[in-house]
Amino acid sequence: MYEKRILKGMEKFLISLFIVLCVVISCKKILPGAPEDATVLDGTIDGLTMEENQRFLKGDAAFTEVFTAETGLGTTFVATSCISCHAGDGKGHPSTTLTRFGQPDEFGNIFMDQGGPQLQNRALPGYMPEQIPAGATFSKFTPPANTGLGFLDFVSDADILALSDPDDLNGDGISGVPNWIVIPGYITPRPDAIVQNGKHICRFGKKGAAYNLLNQTVNAYNQDMGITSTYNPVDVYTGQEIDPEISNQKIQDVVFYLQTLKAPVARNQEDSEVKQGKALFAQINCAACHTPKLKTGFSPIKGLSYKEFSPYTDLLLHDMGPGLDDGYTEGSAKTYEWRTPALWGLGLSQSSQGGKYYLMHDGRAHSIEEAILMHGGEASGSKAMYQALSSGEKMALIKFLESL
Amino acid sequence: MIYRFLFVYLFISLASQAQVDSTLFRRVPKDTTKNAMNMDAVYNRPFLALGKSPVAIGGYLESNWQYGVTDGITEGHQFQARRLTVFLASKINRRLKFLSEIEFEEGGREIAIEFASMDLELHPLLNFRGGIVMNPIGAFNQNHDGPKWEFIDRPISATQMLPATWSNTGFGIFGKTFHKSWMIGYELYLTGNFDNSIIENTENKTFLPAAKRNPERFEEINSGLPLMNGKIAVRNRKAGELGVSYMGGVYNKFQDDGLIIDSRRRVDVFAVDYNTTIPTINTTIIAEWAWVFVQVPATYTQQFGTKQYGGFIDIIQPILSRSMLGWEKATLNLACRLEYVDWNVGTFTETGDNIYEHLWSIAPAISFRPNAQTVFRFNYRYQQQTDLLGNPPALTGMFQLGFSTYF
Ligand code: HEC
Ligand code: HEC
Repeated sequence: MYEKRILKGMEKFLISLFIVLCVVISCKKILPGAPEDATVLDGTIDGLTMEENQRFLKGDAAFTEVFTAETGLGTTFVATSCISCHAGDGKGHPSTTLTRFGQPDEFGNIFMDQGGPQLQNRALPGYMPEQIPAGATFSKFTPPANTGLGFLDFVSDADILALSDPDDLNGDGISGVPNWIVIPGYITPRPDAIVQNGKHICRFGKKGAAYNLLNQTVNAYNQDMGITSTYNPVDVYTGQEIDPEISNQKIQDVVFYLQTLKAPVARNQEDSEVKQGKALFAQINCAACHTPKLKTGFSPIKGLSYKEFSPYTDLLLHDMGPGLDDGYTEGSAKTYEWRTPALWGLGLSQSSQGGKYYLMHDGRAHSIEEAILMHGGEASGSKAMYQALSSGEKMALIKFLESL
Repeated sequence: MIYRFLFVYLFISLASQAQVDSTLFRRVPKDTTKNAMNMDAVYNRPFLALGKSPVAIGGYLESNWQYGVTDGITEGHQFQARRLTVFLASKINRRLKFLSEIEFEEGGREIAIEFASMDLELHPLLNFRGGIVMNPIGAFNQNHDGPKWEFIDRPISATQMLPATWSNTGFGIFGKTFHKSWMIGYELYLTGNFDNSIIENTENKTFLPAAKRNPERFEEINSGLPLMNGKIAVRNRKAGELGVSYMGGVYNKFQDDGLIIDSRRRVDVFAVDYNTTIPTINTTIIAEWAWVFVQVPATYTQQFGTKQYGGFIDIIQPILSRSMLGWEKATLNLACRLEYVDWNVGTFTETGDNIYEHLWSIAPAISFRPNAQTVFRFNYRYQQQTDLLGNPPALTGMFQLGFSTYF
């Protein structure tokens, strides 16, 4: 009798436990909704047609494709897919940082015959990865975000040149020069390209050494994953030309995907502290390099044509001082020069970097403030003005940067 | 191919006879002495015998509807016929049995011989088994028939970490003995093995199930060395069954044509499984946990982990057990499954931070069993999956409704 009552009690207990569980779950949203658009980096630019959506999806699939030995990975490589390094299309993590070596000045890489410029530090099982040759200087690169690049791709050369001030005529201590490079033969220059001594203005990458997104993508397949294409058929492991391991079509789909990934959407723009920070950003001359507004010229993709946007970069190289000089460079950049990184999406960095900040070219800064304090060279004046701000003003500036 | 043809022929001919007169079939009574352990699952199923023929046939079908959403994105409504499995058993002789299990998945696009073995009994404690055997690792692999479970999805740890229905060509011995309310059983096999795909695959993580996609494993061992697999299980009539299992071996191709091409690398898997039914309240608990260790070259990407663990626990509570809707012995159950898998246990060399790549999920369920052979089930799943770096997890919610039945 007594036992039976315990039983009934137990049964009731289990049933109520079950009901409680159900309620708990239903409170946590039974069918999880999409995170708010402004809080994520992936997604398309506005105004894509249905055909363009289809191409975007093809490129997206290629961007997430994981390569294996069977599909051409390696023999030496750095990672197995684009998405491994550009998680959620955002900035990368130190575990995906890559190393480049062998170019100590603006006159070219002297270690090309010894595996330069990029270190393939991973190898298929049974093989040995590459090592940095003795005597080669090197630099580490943490992956940047991949968002809004279509807008940057369609800024005209003339607009970029107009921002440059090589002789510092305005006397603000900030010059800014483009990276002039002889571009590979497979690249079709922009219709309005400006050419000097057979060299073009390059704009992508930390040193601004890639001309356009095709250039960047072909290099990524080849150097990061060991995947050859007709554009770059040289195998990183043997140094020999081999059969293409990926189709041109797929590469073009990825380029289209990169072009049509939306620009990060700024948040909290009406917040008074954010507004104060924005004003300070201009006042202490951050905006002299981190240009708040750029515009595109004509683009065959309607959503990118003649648009104004806010990347906070001038796409130019700046002397950042000895603290950021790794003794390695690309193209005509000096070893102490870096291309201004876009600051849009900065506040979302942590959600692709595993909850932490890894800023500057090699992720050495662990907070926005640390990043600012590492500025030197042409940015010394700007940094000094930052240091002179009150702590409230500093907070406002950082809040503004986090809102981007 | 010929086997497949013969099999289909036999199946159709049996089926067409069934149309003629279903009384020709005789249900082979299932062993209900409760002496069954997980290792007996292959035989402990309903079979149909045709007249006086020594051949018995059985199988099950499962089908369902599902609707799931991950971070606001849905694939829409899905109707799925997940699998049709057919067993054929025969008693060749008093001490010689044959049993096979063929599974058709994805509408017949995937056909797999999951089990096809001959068992020779020398003594209850010493049986010989050879053919395509189901590797006894954990309990789910051996005891995976759809109708036995309250959940439409197989446990994630058993399909995405351990390979579910992992079978190989091999040979070995097994046996069982009992004393009063205790029972102990063992199994020991040498079988085909894993291959390089467990660390070279498009999942971008160490993934044992990748080796299932290699059909050549039934003919050839990649490393040339067998997988050793053993299990010991103890059952007490009151306390339930506890199993401990291990499988391991060298998985990669380290020599070819007499030349050494790589160093040897091992995969080792340990599992414990437990199940019991609490006598008076009839609550059933089924749990399994496994650890996977894989040697990965230090110069390979950290994406592929050297250590994994995960498992699940099912709690099933019958709430009504009586005649319902005209079924005499129908049961209505509430159930809940909790699962967790970490595919990459370790820390990043660059930062010392945890490598995530893990998942947890909770699935409450209602199941209705009109008879012993059939289950209708309604499941909801809430799942959180975190990437390698520990970025905000992908959240999934999913409803499923379906049935699974032996025939
Ligand atoms: C090993 C990690 C890794 C992989 C794999 C990788 N990337 Fe990158 N990506 C980087 C790093 C690091 C940079 C910065 C390199 C530089 O500045 O030259 C970068 C830069 C870029 C940029 C330039 C962004 C900018 O703001 O200038 C684009 C575009 C890009 N990657 C696309 C791709 C695509 C497409 C793939 C796959 C085909 C890919 N990446 C694969 C690490 C990676
Ligand atoms: C002279 C040009 C210049 C000025 C002025 C300048 N920056 Fe920068 N900034 C750069 C360059 C170039 C880098 C990249 C350096 C590197 O990667 O090592 C950078 C990097 C950063 C970063 C890190 C971005 C990332 O993605 O890693 C932040 C944040 C930043 N700047 C904010 C500021 C703020 C705030 C100011 C004003 C106090 C400022 N910058 C002034 C050129 C400039």
